[in-house]
Amino acid sequence: MYGKPTTINNTETFAAVPWIINNGGQAYLAIGKPNNGGTKIYSVSGDVELPGNYEVPMGTPFSKLLELAGGVRKGRKLKAVIPGGSSAPVLPAHIMMECTMDYDSIAKAGSMLGSGAVIVMDDTRDMVESLLRLSYFYMHESCGQCTPCREGTGWLWRVVDRIHNGHGKPSDIALLDSVADNIQGRTICALGDAAAMPVRAMIKHFRPEFEAKIAKAQPHQGIPTEARSV
Amino acid sequence: MIEIELDGQKVQVTEGSMIMHAADKANTYIPHFCYHKKLSIAANCRMCLVDVEKAPKPMPACATPVTNGMIVRTKSDKAIKAQQSVMEFLLINHPLDCPICDQGGECQLQDLAVGYGASSSRYEEEKRVVLHKDVGPLISMEEMSRCIHCTRCVRFGQEVAGVMELGMIHRGEHSEITTVLGDTVDSEVSGNMIDLCPVGALTSKPFRYQARPWELSRRKSVAPHDSSGANLIVQVKQNKVLRVLPLENEEVNECWLADRDRFSYEALNEEERLTAPMIKHGGEWKTVDWQTALEYVAHGLKNIKADHGANSIGALVSPHSTIEELYLAGALVRALGSENIDYRLRNAQFPKSEGVRWLGTTIASLSTLQRALVVGSNLRKDHPLFALRLRAAVRKGAAISVIHDARDDWAMSIASSATIPAGQWVQALADVAAAVAAEKGVSAPSQGNATDVAKAIAKSLLGGERKAILLGNAAAHHANAASLLALANWIGEATGASVGYLTEAANTVGAQLVNAMPGTSGLNAAQMLGGDLKAAILLNTEPVYDSAAGEKAAEALGQAEMVVTLSPFKANMEFSDVLLPIAPWTETPGTFVNAEGRVQSFHAVVKPLGETRPAWKVLRVLANVLGLPGFEFESAQDVLVAARGVQDAQDSHAKGLSNVTSAAIDLNAAAGKPVTAAIYQLDGIVRRAPALQLTADGRAAQVAMQQPEEVAA
Repeated sequence: MYGKPTTINNTETFAAVPWIINNGGQAYLAIGKPNNGGTKIYSVSGDVELPGNYEVPMGTPFSKLLELAGGVRKGRKLKAVIPGGSSAPVLPAHIMMECTMDYDSIAKAGSMLGSGAVIVMDDTRDMVESLLRLSYFYMHESCGQCTPCREGTGWLWRVVDRIHNGHGKPSDIALLDSVADNIQGRTICALGDAAAMPVRAMIKHFRPEFEAKIAKAQPHQGIPTEARSV
Repeated sequence: MIEIELDGQKVQVTEGSMIMHAADKANTYIPHFCYHKKLSIAANCRMCLVDVEKAPKPMPACATPVTNGMIVRTKSDKAIKAQQSVMEFLLINHPLDCPICDQGGECQLQDLAVGYGASSSRYEEEKRVVLHKDVGPLISMEEMSRCIHCTRCVRFGQEVAGVMELGMIHRGEHSEITTVLGDTVDSEVSGNMIDLCPVGALTSKPFRYQARPWELSRRKSVAPHDSSGANLIVQVKQNKVLRVLPLENEEVNECWLADRDRFSYEALNEEERLTAPMIKHGGEWKTVDWQTALEYVAHGLKNIKADHGANSIGALVSPHSTIEELYLAGALVRALGSENIDYRLRNAQFPKSEGVRWLGTTIASLSTLQRALVVGSNLRKDHPLFALRLRAAVRKGAAISVIHDARDDWAMSIASSATIPAGQWVQALADVAAAVAAEKGVSAPSQGNATDVAKAIAKSLLGGERKAILLGNAAAHHANAASLLALANWIGEATGASVGYLTEAANTVGAQLVNAMPGTSGLNAAQMLGGDLKAAILLNTEPVYDSAAGEKAAEALGQAEMVVTLSPFKANMEFSDVLLPIAPWTETPGTFVNAEGRVQSFHAVVKPLGETRPAWKVLRVLANVLGLPGFEFESAQDVLVAARGVQDAQDSHAKGLSNVTSAAIDLNAAAGKPVTAAIYQLDGIVRRAPALQLTADGRAAQVAMQQPEEVAA
């Protein structure tokens, strides 16, 4: 930058550097667990009493992290967690409570640690509505350069919107899954994947909620959706 | 070379190639929209996704470099599924109404949807609507909902035309192609974006809803305007030219076409066409039959010859006419005993012929030049396709220097330029020569000061390996053209650069080849237009617009006893006595020789309109009526053989090309502003092409003609 050698990195990385220089790489690795060394800063948000940033050793059980964040808000029950930022597949409470917070454990559970932005959801959360918000975000963020993302993110949002607003059809769940599958791995950048993964995980883990909305749906009348902000 | 396996077939390609190139080589078609061999790679349509072994995801063939031993499957389940899903995404917001789309029948999306699309859509939501744009008279952007965002048009503007007139605004599904704040698209090569658009988003405004592609006959031809000799596909329905497209020829026009060549055909269907011979009787124009008209002309010529001598007869001919026509016009005049024939209507100086003046190098070589000096040219407007090539050279690092009287926007970076009145060009070249001489330690050919600009140009020309000095239309029409050429030749020799003229018209080189110029005792164009003729034959030219004399030409020709105009149009009516309708280039066989001396013959693509006849036949029969010997031609081919000689008639390269001159360098001769034509004023056809006249360039030229003094001031 400004014609000078420049290191561009995440603040989290820079924060780890002095400690590693002072104490050595091996010492840093020893903090975590094998293959997942060091510490990790989690940005815990959502339905917790004390949202904020928490630095804990890799391999800390999720239950411990939740406890640090003050537990689920108002003493409610944990429903689901998105463990690594909004693009990471959602994990239901019973899986999440078994996980330790490190790359291998979360990956084994079918999600990813990603950015470490942990979104905690309690049992009052409507998962269809949550997906609607996520899908709207990815549609909005799509740059429009390549076809699957430009066209697919809007399609996903519209179908989720239809289901949420009581106009869904039984075939819509398979359609969502298929459209997400068609986006994933076919785009120039990772935003296509990021838009597809939450959709597929929500359907995988919370299908009954989608089915319940569809079961109560009104027959399709005229133009199904109006473009609007959520 | 790298070897890969493509669908089980071994293919060898150069390192750095993409899978798409390997597929091209193996004759395997990979579906695609955004990829175009002449544009940079965008990889945004994702249609060309293929299955590469060991890659977890399908890879875009257009943007995946080959590696040794790579195994690619273009038709595996993984590849086909990826391609089908991309097609589905492309179609969800694309209108599915091909029957009412102007692109229907020649649409890449339609064609590929047959192979990769589903029979019905899973998309039930509202479709995107994109508002239409008005970008001028040539390109229709009425149906922008059809756009698939491939950005070919944008990349063409940025990379080939040099002006980014179309761009993509907004984001995500709201992204759309548009101009800046509703501007029009004014590039002189804008029509290529219509060809590049794979769907019906950009279509040709003049051609819109005129015909379906399958109703059109496709016939080869050669562009009749500038000297590039661009190869054409002329599309014809019911004996009417409805569209002109480029015919790919890598050595000439690549796959491009200038708007002038693409849209001028509209003039051929205009009401101003002359469809029967006409004679003026007592100030009234009467339509007559050919026999009457030709006998009238023959009678007039004989009488004038008897009264005033053969030297009072002359022909002014157009460098946009074919070799055959120009040869016969010359033969006719000479058989009558006159040497008065000239095609150089815009010239101010008429040096003796020392060789067929030409480009001095090949057209294709312009793309790979490292150094060039262009003198007296509005390159972009005078020679749009040569400008594309020089721009390509600049993109590869070429340094271009310019000496001209206006600082026109060439849409390429110019290394050094001297913007000085034409009267100083000779001195400017002499200065460059002096700078070259000083650098090389030799003596300069004439007095010159090595000014800073001259030094910069000299230094530029002394570097590099592939270099050219190019003399434009204004240099050719210059009052001291001979000195410009002599100096250019000296600089060329000293620096190793080729020297040549861009040459003005489709057949400027051909006209020299068949000697459509006065013999030793003959009058040149300026003398003929100065009022020295009693009988004037005007072949395919309108001296008021096509000559340096301008309005004065009408006055001079008005004093002649007989003026015969051979034209496809009702032209020169003010001062002509006879109008003979001759075929424009689409209605006659003929031959043009382009700037590089490439001889290109073409056939008529439609029948002559009304009583129109090919000019070679008219001239032949006129000679017969006059009782002149040696005009027994049965076909245009016979004329070509007579014009070029039996030996050379089939040779696609013109003989006698040379820019060598023995002219002395005259640093003191005065020279005014050379006469050149604006882009859409070049010839009678272009001037009558309605859409071209409505463009920004077309309108600017009309304004300039209406108020010449104001504009000059």
